[in-house]
Amino acid sequence: MLRYTVYRLLWLVPTLLAMALVTFLVMHATPGSPLDPVAQDANPLSPEAQKNLAEAYGLDKPLYEQFGLFVGKAIRGDFGQSFVYKTRTVSEILVETFPISLFLGSMALAIAVAGGVALGILAAVYQNRSWDYLCVSLATLGVSVPNFVLAVFMIVLFSFVIPLFPTGGWGSPRDWVLPAVTLALGPLGIIARFTRSSMVEVIRSDYIRTARAKGLAEQPVVLKHVLKNALIPVVTLLGPMFAAVGTGSFFVESIFRVPGMGRFFVLSMTGRDYPMIMAVVLIYGAFLALMNLVVDLTYGVIDPRIRY
Amino acid sequence: MALSTPASDTSLSTPGSSAPIGALASPGTELRGSSLWRDAWRRLIRNKLAVAGGLTVLLLCLVAVFADFIAPYSYTKPNFGRIYEFPSRDFPLGTDQLGRDVLSRMIYGARVSMLVGLGAQVIVVLIGVPIGLISGFLGGRVDLFLTRFVDVMYAFPQLLFVILVMSMLGAGLTNIFIAIGFTGWVRIARLTRAQVLSLKEMEFVEGARALGAGVFRQVTRHILPGALTPIVVCVTFGIPEAIFTEAALSFIGVGINPPTPSWGQMVGENQQFLRSYWYLCVFPSIAIAVTMLSFTFFGDGVRDALDPKMK
Repeated sequence: MLRYTVYRLLWLVPTLLAMALVTFLVMHATPGSPLDPVAQDANPLSPEAQKNLAEAYGLDKPLYEQFGLFVGKAIRGDFGQSFVYKTRTVSEILVETFPISLFLGSMALAIAVAGGVALGILAAVYQNRSWDYLCVSLATLGVSVPNFVLAVFMIVLFSFVIPLFPTGGWGSPRDWVLPAVTLALGPLGIIARFTRSSMVEVIRSDYIRTARAKGLAEQPVVLKHVLKNALIPVVTLLGPMFAAVGTGSFFVESIFRVPGMGRFFVLSMTGRDYPMIMAVVLIYGAFLALMNLVVDLTYGVIDPRIRY
Repeated sequence: MALSTPASDTSLSTPGSSAPIGALASPGTELRGSSLWRDAWRRLIRNKLAVAGGLTVLLLCLVAVFADFIAPYSYTKPNFGRIYEFPSRDFPLGTDQLGRDVLSRMIYGARVSMLVGLGAQVIVVLIGVPIGLISGFLGGRVDLFLTRFVDVMYAFPQLLFVILVMSMLGAGLTNIFIAIGFTGWVRIARLTRAQVLSLKEMEFVEGARALGAGVFRQVTRHILPGALTPIVVCVTFGIPEAIFTEAALSFIGVGINPPTPSWGQMVGENQQFLRSYWYLCVFPSIAIAVTMLSFTFFGDGVRDALDPKMK
């Protein structure tokens, strides 16, 4: 297991390098430059000023040298100055905003796992009855409807029609409810669907029949025998779930005005803020890869049949 | 319980691959070849949700095609005398900040959504399937290189990458096709490759090889038809995903260029006025939700129909 972990961690290096390279190439191979950004309110600069700026930011060097410099600095945690927020370094911005996004994402994931598993159990136990249909339709809604659309419905329902929660902001815990729930609904739907089908499969197996035959009550059978085994495949879902919550959080953050990292996703990209784009993509990629590794390792722990 | 046991038994026997083989066992006789699809069609028709979803999709396609005839007003022409009007008899869904009819804009928005959904999938299939076929069939160094590349692409969250490509290329319909095509082929390539890997060891392919079939013939006549079912399922789910991507891109302003309307763009532009002019945001949101749900129901139906064992 240790060998496997080290092997996977080592693979992280070329993967991140490749991601950085692809992002770098996409940025530089497309027409346009950060000096005449397509973003709004851009200043038209004189050619001399552009040349000076390019020199200051190292944009006049050949591409391979720029990439090499970037990698060298990034290893030391230095992502450079933001092109758009000129007074701040990329690291400063991320240190401030990433924890907020992480917090929102963790809350959403917790809701998604708890709610999804509960819905899945209910649906599987009451298979093909009204509970099942309710759970499945809720899950389908969460899976198929984009979260910014859900956000609109949530605000209309829970802020306007029934004024329970504020429409946005990030001051008090009351502000956390709507964004976290909105962000959770998609993953919740996926987990519920998966738990249901996995439970249904396990319920039909021989050892469950044995458990019932020896006279166990329904509740311990479901909670101990079925759930334990049914949840194993559900754990694999958590990897992609992190990705869904991560990208989803941009939309949710912007609608509910949460001061997280998501805002910089797009601002940096439309503004051609090269250092910011690289940092965001890499942090995101590294985070996802690490989470996937954690998920895979957990998988091995809870299912003793899996050996690495 | 007695009924459920055989069902769980069959699910153990190589899911997915047995159905195509049945269809391929005698490629010469058309009767057997078409029966898989005929059975699937029968199963699909019996699924009420899928039929409802399919009909809604059909309706949306008709709206998209005949938008010019259905829309009561122009989608671009401003009418400054009547801005921000709530839904009324003149304007069933109200007017926006330039006095344009929301209903007409949504009708044209359907055109964008359908175009992106179908068009992007064509591109994705045209890139992904050949790569998957080549990678799976040739194997060796080509396969290794392609799978590594696919793995790296897979590490990117697709939406993040699409946003990146779009903001670099600039907004516009053509660029949306490029961005989705460029990022979306990965999954279908993986899927095709996996199918090819299992199919090419099958006896009927070996038989074809023994009879002297060339690579091209083996792939097009024997392997591709077998791999078709999962590809079709993947595409039916890819369409709503592409529609979602377009809506998301337009929502943040890097998708469709105004004045061409798109549902996502309408939601994005008006979400800050949600309290004052809720209808500007809510109706396009409903349109997106209904479209996505219809495609999901239809897709679920198609999957269950083509591969009844998966349910």
